[in-house]
Amino acid sequence: MGQLVHAQGGGAAVKVDEAPSQYLTFALGGEMFAVGILNVKEIIEYGNLTEIPMMPTFIRGVINLRGSVVPVIDLSARFGGKPAELGRRTCIVIVEVTDELEDQISRHDIGIMVDAVSEVLDIPNSEIEPPPAFGARIRADFIFGMGKVNGKFVIILNINKVLSVEEIAMLTGTENVSPESLAGTGNIQ
Amino acid sequence: MDELTSVYIQESREQLAEMEAGLLRLEQNPDDHDNINGIFRAAHTIKGGAGVVECSFIVTFTHLVENLLDSLRNGDIAVSAPLATLLLECCDHMGSLVDVLAAQLPEPADDAMARGNALTVRLKDILHTDKGQKTAANGATASGASLTVHDEVGEVESSGGGVVNTDSWHISVRFGRDVLRGGMDPLSFIRYLGSLGEIIGIETIADAIPAAAEMDPESCYLGFEIRLQTKASKADIENVFNFVSDECELRILPPHSNVADYIRLIKELPEDSMRLGEMLVRSGALTQTEVDQGLLTQHVSAATAQVSDQPLPPLGEILVENKVVHKELVEAAIAKQTQVGEKKAHDAQLVRVHADKLDQLIDLVGELVIAGASANLLAQKSKNGDLAEATSVLSRLVESIRDSALQLRMVQIGDTFTRFNRVVRDVSKDLGKEIELVISGAETELDKTVVEKIGDPLMHLVRNSLDHGIEPVAVRLERGKPACGRVSLNAFHDSGIIVIQVSDDGGGLNRERIRAKAIERELIQPGDTLTDKEMINLIFEPGFSTVEKVSNLSGRGVGMDVVRRNIQSLRGTVEVTSSEGQGSTFTIRLPLTLAIIDGFLVGIEKASYVIPLDSVVECIEHKNLTGDRNFLNLRGEALPFVRLREMFETEGEVPARESIVVVQFAGHRAGIVVDQLMGEFQTVIKPLGRMFANLRGIGGSTILGSGEVALILDVAALVKIVTRKEEERLLPNKNATSFSSLASTSSALQSGR
Repeated sequence: MGQLVHAQGGGAAVKVDEAPSQYLTFALGGEMFAVGILNVKEIIEYGNLTEIPMMPTFIRGVINLRGSVVPVIDLSARFGGKPAELGRRTCIVIVEVTDELEDQISRHDIGIMVDAVSEVLDIPNSEIEPPPAFGARIRADFIFGMGKVNGKFVIILNINKVLSVEEIAMLTGTENVSPESLAGTGNIQ
Repeated sequence: MDELTSVYIQESREQLAEMEAGLLRLEQNPDDHDNINGIFRAAHTIKGGAGVVECSFIVTFTHLVENLLDSLRNGDIAVSAPLATLLLECCDHMGSLVDVLAAQLPEPADDAMARGNALTVRLKDILHTDKGQKTAANGATASGASLTVHDEVGEVESSGGGVVNTDSWHISVRFGRDVLRGGMDPLSFIRYLGSLGEIIGIETIADAIPAAAEMDPESCYLGFEIRLQTKASKADIENVFNFVSDECELRILPPHSNVADYIRLIKELPEDSMRLGEMLVRSGALTQTEVDQGLLTQHVSAATAQVSDQPLPPLGEILVENKVVHKELVEAAIAKQTQVGEKKAHDAQLVRVHADKLDQLIDLVGELVIAGASANLLAQKSKNGDLAEATSVLSRLVESIRDSALQLRMVQIGDTFTRFNRVVRDVSKDLGKEIELVISGAETELDKTVVEKIGDPLMHLVRNSLDHGIEPVAVRLERGKPACGRVSLNAFHDSGIIVIQVSDDGGGLNRERIRAKAIERELIQPGDTLTDKEMINLIFEPGFSTVEKVSNLSGRGVGMDVVRRNIQSLRGTVEVTSSEGQGSTFTIRLPLTLAIIDGFLVGIEKASYVIPLDSVVECIEHKNLTGDRNFLNLRGEALPFVRLREMFETEGEVPARESIVVVQFAGHRAGIVVDQLMGEFQTVIKPLGRMFANLRGIGGSTILGSGEVALILDVAALVKIVTRKEEERLLPNKNATSFSSLASTSSALQSGR
């Protein structure tokens, strides 16, 4: 496969890029996104979710994944949009992210909630454009690149940034919770 | 790093810990012979293992230590405080050498080398001065030994037995001097031997090596005692050594050989029989009892001046003769060897398992419980009585499996505590203070990961108590306290958490100095009024140290805030209480991560929460609780309560009947308002992971029988959050946002009703 890509790219594809060239695409709020297939562990049905109180909205809750407790992130809320609504094809994609803390690399399983999973695509590196400077309505560091598939763009996510455990942990601190949760009470009435 | 080396490193660390503990005991009981033997064995094992993993710097140094211990064991040297200190230093140095090996460096760094050399010189000094007295001392100990022996004939007889109880070959090989010159590597023969079958035990005999000056590096002085389990014939084994058959001495004993054959083997070999016997035991050829018999024959031959090439008398006769001739010596030997045997048996009861495997097992068992619960549910629905009974038996069994699986990860805190014996000893000597360490609650169990991480913070606290807490002897006497200071370590379980206390009976904390320092460091303003508790807990602030002088132990002002941070990272808390002149107590409270706790299951809407059962006092019905006041009259006591529904912003109607769970923590009482009570539930705590590291109020999660995740409430933190919110709301000096929050909260209250 890799050789094929090189053949197509011709002399220009000298750069050895280690990025995975297979991507899982999924729909989220009418848009197509993709994550590297090597990050994906499994796809499960949405359900049996336990909500965690006093948390920002993008943390939907936790699920029991064969004995381990795995947090589930609502991607559309994480991107600053509205919380995703449940549909018939809503499912949870379990991805593995790595993060470094004091030189120790640790791996975490995190579930992301998506509207529908579509397919696994081969996107050659030559077909991946750098993200636009603005206009994607998503933080630029969340985007790994824009993949061209059948003349349309698919946003390839930098999943380690999107699900940065460090950053999320900071956002869930008590200091941030009190104003937010109080604002939440305001919303209820 | 290969597996052999990593096993060696791990084992030698354990041996070193044992050695250190032994050395500390040695100071108290210089005459405890078993203890000295234990120390010697530890050193000897470390040296032997180092030889196997070909780590020469450990072998060289440990050999000297072993020599000294040997003289100590033989009574050539008396135990003294400087000697014990020296040996402890040696023990430390051996530890650092093992670290060097673990870091995969070819040799120790220069400073470590220098330290090693200095110790070597001191070791040699002691050894040489005592050489002269050796002979005289020997006579004395020999007569001493014979006095202490009891007459126990039966035991000697019971140790009989004609055939050695092993089913493997024994190969004894001494390589010729010219093997290396001939281009042969002894190791390759042993490797080849390994291809025939399984080498069960191997011992290197290096006794033939002369002193360094006379040694020819091109000569081979080595011999090996090998246990081999194989189906190959004797001829096959001999063929292995074919290339060197001319130059080496090879003796092969088939499986199930007679004890007498072994004894003959021992006697034929050039080395010291006693030592060989030990080697044979270690390589697994013989048991302790059988070596005793080996010793017997030795004594027989010594006593009756038998010539070695005479046929040996049957074993029974040897025993009889010995009882007549050298009974006391035999018994002493047997007693000694039985102790070793017992220790071996004790070691054999332990199995080393990788922690990951345990975690995996526990996860699997957890799933089994869940699967069992759903099977149980289905069986009940099917209305098939037999099936229901069978599944309920099954789930009960599964639950006991889960309990035992969880117990596997729990370790006692005792080992962590006893490590401080050494710290207290060393530090008190350095400081010239007399301090004793009192340990209690050593059997308190907590999760292995917590035990590993609590060591450093405890070290800081203990050192702090030793250095700053306990006063110098003169001051103590002046204040009417006993000269010997006391630092105590205590651990116990309380309300589903573990409490570890470090207390001392020293001077306590000086409030005025803390205040002055805090003002100087701008931690507080001069006008601030603080409660006593707040004041003394200022010492946990970063950069805080009241001691002017910086000692090498503590007092750099980094200690306390690091301690607090470390403990907080374990989701624990640390507090200090102190009365001036009486001493201070540091109290660490830690959650038992991954422990099983008994939980009390409560429900709000559809969600379930678990309250640790130890903190639950009682449950009462929630009646007539209208109004904004969040407290009620509980038998004359004003009980504040938290409405979980409100706090967790749960949507939905408040049910007609609510319940209040009264909880107790750290001396406070509070109520928690919930929708339903669902009863007791044994809970496996699953940590929520780093993503929720900053989440307060939730202590972890657990998986219910239905497979759903329930959250475990951290009652103390919940109440703290509520208290803070209320303060924010009500204190006048807050800004406008708090007013809006006040408005929104109170309106939420109204809508909640």
